[in-house]
Amino acid sequence: MDKIAIVGVGQTTYKRKRQADIFYDMVYEVTVKAMQDAGYTLDDIDNVVTVSNDFLDGRTISCMAVQEAAGAHDKNVSTIEGDGTFGAFYGAMRVLGGFGTTLVVAHSKGSEGDPRVITNAMFDPIYHRSLGLDAISSSAIQANAYMDRYGLSEEQFALVSVKNHKNAQRNPYAQLPLELTVDDVMQSRMIADPLKLLDCSPVSDGAAAVIIANEDRAKKARTKPVWIKGVAHCADAYFLGDRDLTDPKALKDAAKRAYTMAGINTPIKEIDLVELYDAFSYMEPLWLEGMGFCDPGKGADITEKGITALDGKLPVNPSGGVLSAHPVLVAGLTRIIEAVLQIRGDAGEHQIDGVNTALAHGLNGPCGQSHCVWMLGRK
Amino acid sequence: MKDWLDNVPELTVKGQIKLPYTWSVGEVGSKFLVALRDEKKFLGNRCSTCNTTYVPPRKNCGMCFRDINEWVELADEGVVMAYTIVRYAYSLQPAAVPFAYVIIKLDGADVGFVHIIKDNLDKLKNGVRVRASFKEDRKGHILDIDSFIIL
Amino acid sequence: MARRVAIVGTGQTHHKSHRIDVNGKELINEAVTRALDDCELTIADIDAIIIGNMDHFESINYVDTWSIEGSGGYMKPIMKVTTGGTTGTSVAIAGYYHVASGIFDKVLCIGWEKNSESDTTTAIVTCSDPIWDRFSYSGAIPSLATEASAYMEQYGATQEDAAYVAVRERTHAQNNPYAQMYNRPITIEDVMNSAMLTYPIKLLDVCPRTDGACAVVFAAEGVAEKIAPQPAWIKSCSVRHTTTWFGDVDYNTGMLSLKRASREAFETAGIKSPVDEIDVAELYLPYSYAGLKWIEAIGFCGPGEGPRFIRDGNTNMGGKLPINPSGGVMSTNCIGATALLRTAEAAIQILGKGDKRQVPDVTNAMATGFGGCWWSDVIILSKDKP
Repeated sequence: MDKIAIVGVGQTTYKRKRQADIFYDMVYEVTVKAMQDAGYTLDDIDNVVTVSNDFLDGRTISCMAVQEAAGAHDKNVSTIEGDGTFGAFYGAMRVLGGFGTTLVVAHSKGSEGDPRVITNAMFDPIYHRSLGLDAISSSAIQANAYMDRYGLSEEQFALVSVKNHKNAQRNPYAQLPLELTVDDVMQSRMIADPLKLLDCSPVSDGAAAVIIANEDRAKKARTKPVWIKGVAHCADAYFLGDRDLTDPKALKDAAKRAYTMAGINTPIKEIDLVELYDAFSYMEPLWLEGMGFCDPGKGADITEKGITALDGKLPVNPSGGVLSAHPVLVAGLTRIIEAVLQIRGDAGEHQIDGVNTALAHGLNGPCGQSHCVWMLGRK
Repeated sequence: MKDWLDNVPELTVKGQIKLPYTWSVGEVGSKFLVALRDEKKFLGNRCSTCNTTYVPPRKNCGMCFRDINEWVELADEGVVMAYTIVRYAYSLQPAAVPFAYVIIKLDGADVGFVHIIKDNLDKLKNGVRVRASFKEDRKGHILDIDSFIIL
Repeated sequence: MARRVAIVGTGQTHHKSHRIDVNGKELINEAVTRALDDCELTIADIDAIIIGNMDHFESINYVDTWSIEGSGGYMKPIMKVTTGGTTGTSVAIAGYYHVASGIFDKVLCIGWEKNSESDTTTAIVTCSDPIWDRFSYSGAIPSLATEASAYMEQYGATQEDAAYVAVRERTHAQNNPYAQMYNRPITIEDVMNSAMLTYPIKLLDVCPRTDGACAVVFAAEGVAEKIAPQPAWIKSCSVRHTTTWFGDVDYNTGMLSLKRASREAFETAGIKSPVDEIDVAELYLPYSYAGLKWIEAIGFCGPGEGPRFIRDGNTNMGGKLPINPSGGVMSTNCIGATALLRTAEAAIQILGKGDKRQVPDVTNAMATGFGGCWWSDVIILSKDKP
């Protein structure tokens, strides 16, 4: 793979409700931020990929609302509907395929719709939609299966929530910086067994953008380039009943291919930091297993041992993760941005020392059906 | 310029997308729903390449990517593989909270069947046997199955 | 270094207004298996999949992950592209970049729509800005009618001129057994007598609603030649999705997005005189007047010359530059697939698989997509490598 890098990033602060902003405003804000970060002008952006979802925006052809705001006027532009990690991968392919630079920008406003009705629409209209399944209830089924298979406890999942919300205290963009105990999580309202309020990510508004450049154009940016070493995605079967919800095989496949591209043989040794998509507390240990950082069933173990803490051997979600801010579609792109900031040394108060290689991760579909894994590096 | 921005009220406009839909079930799915409606029977089908018995039945196997031609009659009962008890209410639910979503391995099937359990939630755990309970008035719809009953 | 990419095979359903015998995944599967058969490949040979449709027409959130059984995405990379009417060409262009990037060798692109499952107008109305545009300038027809009447006033074009375009599309469809309007030809009189919807657009001046799917396989140089004896090489793809609000469009001039996208696409492809060097064009013409006006924006003829260009028979089969041998959008419009069908049909002309709709001696072909707020996508394909 030719050398390509992320040279500019921008995010809005993530809030429960950004009432003063329309989609256009948020996209414009992060587009300008990303350009300023890179030291680029509009002319330096060769093409644009926007990321949005018609259901979330309440609008068919949701990209129509934001293309101009993303600087796409009189430029080549396209739109991915799915998590920002997938959109950014397409943006990267467009650089490898001939453009010098691509701006990728994702947005969503969870505050403007009903997330239950919107996520219910993920489910098959013939067999499952009228059951009223949504993102939370389906994920709760996965949590139940995961706990049952490996004999895990709700307290073990609660540790993830405690860790990530605490990490969020050092991230000025995060929506929910919280000082929690395991007991706080255990006492929080039960939403769908075993998921309690504090096991769940919030509803959020926000936007984020990255600029990807080829080696030549990266030289013109004012930032130290963060190189894209490998990217891969993979999707499991669709019906929940067709899948083994405790075995993230699509993630394993994507991680393996991303590692091969990046020349990674032993993830736990060679990767310095992970920003993964923890929409719910149980997802962090489950995805860590899928990424090969530990044996199946041992994800909770490495959390308990402090390996994934800020000062641990493998810090996971020093940004606070998706548990601390969940603008759908944006959250995966934010994971990439956080990994970039860490490698650059620009992560401020939540900076981890010596980050040379980082993994960023995003999800699509119910119960993490489809995963996208990014490997980023200083060299 | 900035000053007037500070005094502008942040208005919102309410709206809703109200769109009726008519989804085609397809011939294979129709056979399944008609069997539920007319015979209170579960029909699955088996991929001859990988031998997976699917329920609901599929026109083609997603893994082998070949059409499936062999129908299999399944039991109306099976074992709970995973579940959750839903404690929050919203407009699209088929039952009053609390109720449970369950993934059931029906006897004879190789994949899980997703539906709901309404009663005896205190007895619900993975591994319990359950049986389908049908509505009196059935239309050829997944909710012709009212719910599953713990045996 | 970007690789050269070609289309090596296509598949599509026999398009109909209502396909109630299949659900969406099954419809997709039909097109996919036909495309794989066309290439003599199996799904195992496919490295990545891209799928597109317009969400609200079937109300499926995350179509990529929902589609797996039908699209062949089980344990494969799959992503969704959606840009309104231009979806099909945006999907095709994504296929191009997936392969050009060097990461994937064989990529499957899918466009589909089951318009019978919803009320198309109600769904499409939601594309306009909810605060500023939705209460008034909504649905597909109002803005098209504005353009048509402005064009007629400016150049003296007539309803009959536009009828020639409609008749051409439907006549061409008689050679295409996949087209919804196969076996349903029309005459100028039929068009002129059809019900007026919004002046000057009559019922037979617009496209139908369709249930249909299309799948196209893209492959890299070195791989493509082993699959198709004459691959359809992608020489260029250009996109301009220019405006956001319907009031920003200048209906009195040629379509800005099409002018710009065409100009860039021709330049990249090294085409200096489009009307001479393009041998066949599959253009996204959702209504008859577009057939007069948009060919001027592309540069096949000058402003106001469209009606004469059409009446002289230049765009008929056997003419100088046949347009829409497939019958075009006015003969089949499964929206998410429609622009991909233009790409597929243009590729079919180069692959030499056009049967009764094959134009002889095709070297360069052109496909366009249209949709959204007056947006345009242009793809140039060729027998020759770029």
